[in-house]
Amino acid sequence: MMKSHHLIAIALAPLVLAGCELGSKEVTQTGHRGTAMAELDVVDASASADEIPAPPYELPPPSGPTAGEVYENVQVLSNISVEEFDYLMAAITEWVVPENVDDPERAGCNYCHNPANLASDEIYTKDVSRRMIQMTQTINADWTDHVQQTGVTCWTCHRGNAVPEHVWTNPSSDGRVAMGNLNGQNAPDPNVGYASLPTGVFAQYFTGDGGDEIAVASTGLYPTDANRLTTMETETTYGLMMHLSQAMGVNCTYCHNTQSFRAWELSTQARATAWFGIRMVRNINEAYITPLTGNFPANRLGPEGDPYKVNCTTCHQGQTRPMGGASMVADYPALSFDTVAAAPPVEDDAETMAGEEVASAE
Amino acid sequence: MARYQNIFTQVQLRTAPELGVPLPPGHDARTNGTGFVHLFGRLGQAQLGPIYLGWMGLASLFFGFVAIEIIGLNMLASVDWDFSEFLRQFFWLALEPPGPEYGFSPFVPLGEGGWWIIAGFCLTASVLLWWVRSYVRARALGMGTHVAWAFAAAIWLFLVLGFIRPFFMGSWAEAVPFGIFPHLDWTAAFSIRYGNLFYNPFHALSIVFLYGSVLLFAMHGATILAVGRYGGEREIEQITDRGTASERAALFWRWTMGFNATMESIHRWAWWFAVLTPLTGGIGILLTGTVVDNWYLWAQQHGFAPAYPDTGVTDPSVTGSMAQ
Repeated sequence: MMKSHHLIAIALAPLVLAGCELGSKEVTQTGHRGTAMAELDVVDASASADEIPAPPYELPPPSGPTAGEVYENVQVLSNISVEEFDYLMAAITEWVVPENVDDPERAGCNYCHNPANLASDEIYTKDVSRRMIQMTQTINADWTDHVQQTGVTCWTCHRGNAVPEHVWTNPSSDGRVAMGNLNGQNAPDPNVGYASLPTGVFAQYFTGDGGDEIAVASTGLYPTDANRLTTMETETTYGLMMHLSQAMGVNCTYCHNTQSFRAWELSTQARATAWFGIRMVRNINEAYITPLTGNFPANRLGPEGDPYKVNCTTCHQGQTRPMGGASMVADYPALSFDTVAAAPPVEDDAETMAGEEVASAE
Repeated sequence: MARYQNIFTQVQLRTAPELGVPLPPGHDARTNGTGFVHLFGRLGQAQLGPIYLGWMGLASLFFGFVAIEIIGLNMLASVDWDFSEFLRQFFWLALEPPGPEYGFSPFVPLGEGGWWIIAGFCLTASVLLWWVRSYVRARALGMGTHVAWAFAAAIWLFLVLGFIRPFFMGSWAEAVPFGIFPHLDWTAAFSIRYGNLFYNPFHALSIVFLYGSVLLFAMHGATILAVGRYGGEREIEQITDRGTASERAALFWRWTMGFNATMESIHRWAWWFAVLTPLTGGIGILLTGTVVDNWYLWAQQHGFAPAYPDTGVTDPSVTGSMAQ
């Protein structure tokens, strides 16, 4: 009798290690049968769209004097109505500095503005926000291949934090020379899924410094000089893919038929969306964040002196669609087009929102 | 009453140690020390020693020790000589081969992969010396050299991975790092780079022999244990008599699958399956990147892999937009 108890205990012991996620699951087939392409989700009420902050009040009509006419030193949002401008400022305050940040003196409006002179640019965060508003406009106007009609607002990254929670900087370069050189990898790093893969993948693929050699497998059958990438170099691609996987809470088959990671004709549409996402992230870091390096104080820079930059997790935070697909852009039209180059779009002419006129956002 | 049992032998002999046959002239002496270890007796023979080390065994242990030291000290240096971090991160730590910028040059700065080359050399020397030892010791006992050649098959795969293929590819960056997770990540990266190793037919053969070895080992082990009550593990007297363990074992397989291996052939089967696992695997690795660069495309061309329907998704770098 005692012995059978032991046997049962031994038989059940592996369950402790299995990391079982209790609760019913839902499996959605996403690829051809036999390819193990399926999404596995826990059936849970929280899987629906996140709760998002409501607009501060009802969106004012796009009429009346413009912000540029009423306020001084409005450089980006000067063409929208002053009422919409105030409305947007209230929303941004809620999204970015909702309560006391690190310094109570700088909570709310004062995080960016000198309360004695709101037009002054003396606080660095004001100029940074200006550029971030333009970045948001570019994303919504020019990167619909990635954000589609869901779009983004400041909230998508900030989620109530002055600095978004999920950011990265270049890894410290004080590597070992004589002994114990880990080759920029081989440390438990959550960014690459706790694998021993290279940890400098963001610098390589998410800024303009690195190459664009994400696809590593050859397009031809036989070895040629067109592809001389080594197995060691392949590990950076692998590390990047681990990041994408972690950022969205998916595995390889969300985008790929593992028969051939390279073959586009076997991949899902999500892979093309991700392809644009990688380039969007690179554009955000290169065109908007890195040029602001000089604006940031030392406590907003990494060990190598570069500012906090974005990756897939900054927005996605473990979900295939940030905030479960919740869209906020409809309530903030000024975030969807280049307010410097164009007047607000007319109500029935939605085409200009993502049209050619705003393509010169940079 | 104590019984003789053939797994976890419960009766352990304690008597004058068995010292083995006299060595031929010209051979070093075996070590004299012998002893009995109870735990060893639980798994096999309780007697420990005598050991024949010889100068080749000593040299092999020396080179092996140096290799492990180089690998271990590099790992320890990478965590600032903090032993608790060394233990905590052990599965992640590695000694990496030189990067692609060094090609296949033997002259690489120590911290840039030079240590890897030295450790690889020492480990290879150690393994080869141990091979020679396994060959010479078998000969000294008047045995065949099957163990040595089986070991050689494993050494073949080891050398293909770490030296022969990097030589043909002209890059140390193709070689495997020393480290637990790092060598596993290398394996996955290797498959990703060369278009899915599962479509490499020699990899497939290697898997067949690997799984085949497992199956044969299970069948053989089970058969011998099952006739242990008739003394099946003591094969010598089984051959001539009727109703013996050997005859029952043979009959069992003829009844269940119509065919039986013999006492000799089952070991030949097992030996070849085991040896062919690294032999074919090494061929598959050696052909990768040297002869075939994308095994998926190779398998498509040769009707070796299924062709799934086109999903309609196109490369955005070519089309410039989403294929909807």
